[in-house]
Amino acid sequence: MAIPFDLLLIQIVNGIVSGMILALVASGLTLIFGIMDVVNFAHGELFMLGAYVGTTVMVATGNFWLALVVASLTIALLGAVIQMTTLRPLLGRDPLTTILATFGISLVLQNWALYKFGPVARKIQEPFTGHFTLFYLEYPWYRIVIALLSAAIIGALWLFMKYGKYGIWIRATTQDRVMAQAMGIPVPLVHTLVFAIGAAMAAASGVLFGPLVGVNHAMGLDLILKAFIVVVVGGMGNLGGSVLASIFISMLEAFASIWVSPAQAVIVSFVVLILTLLFRPTGLFVPTPK
Amino acid sequence: MMPTRSSSASYWIGFGVVLALLAIAPLVLPEFWRRFVTEILIWGLLAMSLDILIGYTGMVSFGHSAFFGLGMYGAAAALLMVRPPNLWLAALYGLVGAGVLAVFVAYFATRLRDIYFSITTLVFSQIFYVIIFTWTEVTGGENGLNFRQPPFAIPGMVSISFTPVTLHWFVLGVVTLSYLILRRMTQSPFGKVLQSIRENEVRTRAIGYHIERYKIVAVMLSGLFAGLAGVLYALQNKFAAPDFVFFVVSGEVVIFNVIGGMGTLVGPVAGAAFFFLLREGFSRFFTEYYLIPVGIIFILMVIFVPQGLLGFLKRRLNP
Repeated sequence: MAIPFDLLLIQIVNGIVSGMILALVASGLTLIFGIMDVVNFAHGELFMLGAYVGTTVMVATGNFWLALVVASLTIALLGAVIQMTTLRPLLGRDPLTTILATFGISLVLQNWALYKFGPVARKIQEPFTGHFTLFYLEYPWYRIVIALLSAAIIGALWLFMKYGKYGIWIRATTQDRVMAQAMGIPVPLVHTLVFAIGAAMAAASGVLFGPLVGVNHAMGLDLILKAFIVVVVGGMGNLGGSVLASIFISMLEAFASIWVSPAQAVIVSFVVLILTLLFRPTGLFVPTPK
Repeated sequence: MMPTRSSSASYWIGFGVVLALLAIAPLVLPEFWRRFVTEILIWGLLAMSLDILIGYTGMVSFGHSAFFGLGMYGAAAALLMVRPPNLWLAALYGLVGAGVLAVFVAYFATRLRDIYFSITTLVFSQIFYVIIFTWTEVTGGENGLNFRQPPFAIPGMVSISFTPVTLHWFVLGVVTLSYLILRRMTQSPFGKVLQSIRENEVRTRAIGYHIERYKIVAVMLSGLFAGLAGVLYALQNKFAAPDFVFFVVSGEVVIFNVIGGMGTLVGPVAGAAFFFLLREGFSRFFTEYYLIPVGIIFILMVIFVPQGLLGFLKRRLNP
């Protein structure tokens, strides 16, 4: 079969756009994992609830940007509460117990959303509807804006981690929890802060992603699996690796969906995960450990 | 620690009482609850198979729905393709399906530890979910497969079709036998090595055990019994559906283990019973949102009762 070059280019753009959304979710996940050894199964639900808060604010005010901010702040607060009530008591126990606890949280949140918002998918109106011509397609500007905005949020996180006072606290806690505590860093507070930041990023991507797909109670399920794959492929706790892995995986899936249905294209990323685990278990985008 | 004679005797008395109660249950219970008990036994077997990994080897598999599903679809394949339908062939197909899958998954997943193992098993189960869900010509896709129940037949002797009561006894027999086999296994030298891997993997390796092989065999065994549960479920419900391969099912089975008590084999069965009772109780008030209160109870148990309902019996159940 001849390779349709225009189609390939379109799929590259698609892959980058969905990769940036995925990166936004995955960087929150990997941040939480890196600092607390917590695999947050409820991350997809924070994403979903963020999208719901976004729709609610959109309906009330009609302002997309306000919805984005309100959703992020609300879910950050929710994340902080979740961390303080369920994860803090588990600190120091087997990391696997945190998987179980967050799995329980995800069940509760998902069913609560079903109860509260019903099974019918909702739509977030996109803030602008302009298009530009990409070959024979009318490509919406909004998608490009999502990618840029995601990149900006991740970039801001990176700057915060690198130069901000609290970012340095976070990195210190990641490196050595006990030593950080000895230096006077309030480690429990840092944990709560990190969980809140991760939750806010998930919520932001939920609102940004909302206009592309319908908002429903199960939208977190698909995404969380993909985010797990990305986090493992990129190297657990490695922010840059997660971003690269998100784009890499999304592009592969975009290419695969030229030939097979999108549902089957998911298998490509599964295969990438397995190959990564076999040959580079520390992640694709890190230097080979000596 | 050698079991004392009296604790061993009280164990077998308890075993006999529970078995007798489960055996007479279908004769005295109304239709709904009879079916309920049979289902608990089947889910209990699935949870028990996972306990080999979680409770005895210290590996949390989040992909047991795949083995369960393969058992189910294997049985479906035998019942749909082979005429006349044969119970034992269905079991064989299901076990072979689950076993082959288990070898495949074990080969890759056991190279990884802790959370990475969990995520790998989860992803493998999702691969099979996607395949089953999208390969409509063979698996029936979203609708799944329907088939007729095969009769209980011993070649050359009897062939009688199942009634709900005899099916319950059949399930009870299979589950009890599986329990005894698994219990014997955990007490064997092999089982002791698995428990030593749980306690200290590095030291076990240093002593000279080839822990990768032990882990692969543990996953295979666990997958086989999970497949057996799938076969039983297919027999009882006369269908195979992709919903049972979805990873939420795996998560529920992990919940059974945590609620019931990991590392006890019977704990997970009790956990399954407790979970389904909670579901029945809460669905009266919360209808389909019963997972909200159940999830909250689960979180509270993870935090406050990490050893589970039957955790206090752990010593007694593992001589």
